[in-house]
Amino acid sequence: MKNNGEFNMVIVGTGGQGVLTLLRILSEAVLLERKDVKTSELHGLAQRGGSVEVHIRSGNKIFSPLVSQAQADLILALEFQEALRALYYSSSQTKFLINKHSIPIPGKSIILESKILDEIKKFTRNIEIIKAADICKKEFGKEILAGVYLISFASNKNLIPIKPDSIFEALKKIIPEKYLELNLKAFDLAKK
Amino acid sequence: MEEILLDKPGKKIILLGNEAIIRGALESGVQFVSTYPGTPASEIGNVFYRIAKKAGVYFEFSTNEKVAMEAAAGASFSGVRSLAAMKHFGLNVASDFFFPLIYSGVREGMVILVADDPSCWSSAQSEQNARFYANMAHIPILEPSEPQESKDFVKFAFELSEKFRIPVIIRHTTRVSHQSAPVIVEKIEKKEKKAEFIKDPHQFSTMPPRVLEMKKELLEKINKIKEISEKSELNVIENQGKAEIGIITSGVSYLYVMEALKKLNLNLPVLKLGFIYPLPEKKIKNFIKNLKKILIVEELEPYLEREIKILAKDANPNLEILGKEKELIEGGRIWKERKNTLPQIGELKPEYVISAISKFSDKKLKIDFKEHLKKIGAIKVPSRPPIFCPACPYWFVFSAIKKVVDPKNVIFGGEIGCYMMANHPVVNLQDYLYCMGSATGIAHGISKSTKQKVIAFVGDSSFFHAGIPALINTVFNKSNPLIIIFDNQTTAMTGHQPHPGVGKKPEEDGVEPIKIKEIVRACGVKNLKVIDQVSQQKEFQDALKEFLKKDETSVIIARHPCIFVKKS
Repeated sequence: MKNNGEFNMVIVGTGGQGVLTLLRILSEAVLLERKDVKTSELHGLAQRGGSVEVHIRSGNKIFSPLVSQAQADLILALEFQEALRALYYSSSQTKFLINKHSIPIPGKSIILESKILDEIKKFTRNIEIIKAADICKKEFGKEILAGVYLISFASNKNLIPIKPDSIFEALKKIIPEKYLELNLKAFDLAKK
Repeated sequence: MEEILLDKPGKKIILLGNEAIIRGALESGVQFVSTYPGTPASEIGNVFYRIAKKAGVYFEFSTNEKVAMEAAAGASFSGVRSLAAMKHFGLNVASDFFFPLIYSGVREGMVILVADDPSCWSSAQSEQNARFYANMAHIPILEPSEPQESKDFVKFAFELSEKFRIPVIIRHTTRVSHQSAPVIVEKIEKKEKKAEFIKDPHQFSTMPPRVLEMKKELLEKINKIKEISEKSELNVIENQGKAEIGIITSGVSYLYVMEALKKLNLNLPVLKLGFIYPLPEKKIKNFIKNLKKILIVEELEPYLEREIKILAKDANPNLEILGKEKELIEGGRIWKERKNTLPQIGELKPEYVISAISKFSDKKLKIDFKEHLKKIGAIKVPSRPPIFCPACPYWFVFSAIKKVVDPKNVIFGGEIGCYMMANHPVVNLQDYLYCMGSATGIAHGISKSTKQKVIAFVGDSSFFHAGIPALINTVFNKSNPLIIIFDNQTTAMTGHQPHPGVGKKPEEDGVEPIKIKEIVRACGVKNLKVIDQVSQQKEFQDALKEFLKKDETSVIIARHPCIFVKKS
């Protein structure tokens, strides 16, 4: 987080990982804390397995909906290889939170995690790798909960300046009734 | 209860730019909304489709944007406020009607939302700049930069439209449509006016010589609206004061400008234009008259820059005007190296704008973006192009084609919809791609001019949108393309909106599906088969073989629902 309370976050992943929902949860949570917030997302390809990149910025007064090059405080990668694409937003101050989970790019071999980490380390040593997809698959049978697990983790570890309570409230507001219980469980599990 | 319908004036809720348009329309007492699905405008239709009944608003997915605009105009002529929403190309489709509509004007307020897509994020066939319609059509265009403004500008647009009986465009770009932020909502207006079309051919029949009189009336209206633009709060000056240099901007670019000034700790005067047409000329002249140098920050082609150059000729001939036409940095405008200047291609980004302002104001940046970029890219991450969903029925069409046709000997025409992903390397069956309707239109020209065989891919929704005239043309003017209609019973690419081929459920008016095969037959096509390409793979392949030999138009309707369509 910058000195003036401004927070810049980029979330990357692939279509179908629930990136847009995470964005809505986070922006509601920021609003609950009475701060200004802007997000940017792109539509149309989110259901078709393409790369997805969304931005959220919060603070006292936010103008741009886009995080600027080299200005991210936190990059959340729901897929390992996509983390590389987000280097554009990374500086030596940036923290990376990565879901230890690779989704193959059709026709290409998966880039080794160690190689990806070498690249990220050229920018920053603040890297957390969490087996969120595996944990959520094992506990709930659903990899898609990894996103909620990771934002809960980030909030509890102060990687994002949003209180866990606010995220909890936002989850209740955004997640449809029938999926809420599982999401709240994933949220709780990450606290531990 | 959907939050967008929340009737708590003063409350802050998070809205996407497109949702803010909806909220603004509801607060304006809109009664009639029509659209054809198209990103980046698609949420407007999707959300209205869901909430229209609760909101007491009539909503429809029309068959195309021209029909949507005509329908909204008909509603306005009859005395109800109406909104027509479309993506940038939608305005092209509607433009035949759009121009004379502005001549005649409307009765009750009518707002047209147009969403441009700089960088072609979702609508890929050209990078259009709808602002340039303004000078040709003489229609007021307002340009919000963030959701609060999107809502407020819609309300203003309805008032303006009604006062001058002229349709008004709200122009969005992708980053305005798909940006979310807190919006303070106001009261939702419920209008239940009794609608009646009062005959007035003097207003609504655009026949010469009356039409030239209409043009005169229109230009007079625009002159009056210019006075409103001069005084309007939509055009604001930030950091007013003594300075030698200043910035003029609008839309999302304004946000990047303000962000940059904050970061650079600069206090330059900024004129933000909400009225793109008619421009507040006096206000602009006043702003520039004592400056030495201005920077114009806008996306795509230099629209404001050219207009302002004309004004500067009178107001301040020595003013140095920087933007797109005069490069900020030598050789910097080739798009791959666009880092330190303002490109005409692609959307702006905050780093482009801060670099440009830094250069413009001689205020040093703390970061060297070019050096930063050099650190990236040791490993190239292959792109992850969107691809058909697993089990998508379209896979079966392509695999059948590959089994029975040598792709080298056939030309494949594409169109807009999921099946445009036929250009993906794993499918690789697309030799041309333009817009809805054009797979068949172009196929006809190729067939007539060559001995080559063309297979044209047409979507079900695009068949209704623009496919029928082109099909009739192949029959009437005798050519022999094979047209495959991908009938997955939804408008899949833009978010699974319904279309005439699926009809409407009893609770939504109860309309029988309008059958594509009956339309095709009525167009005079003799070689026609409807085949489920998933369960009848052999039949599908046989039909391909048989129809490729025909010397007149043939049509296969590949009918199998999208995996997201619930079987009823």
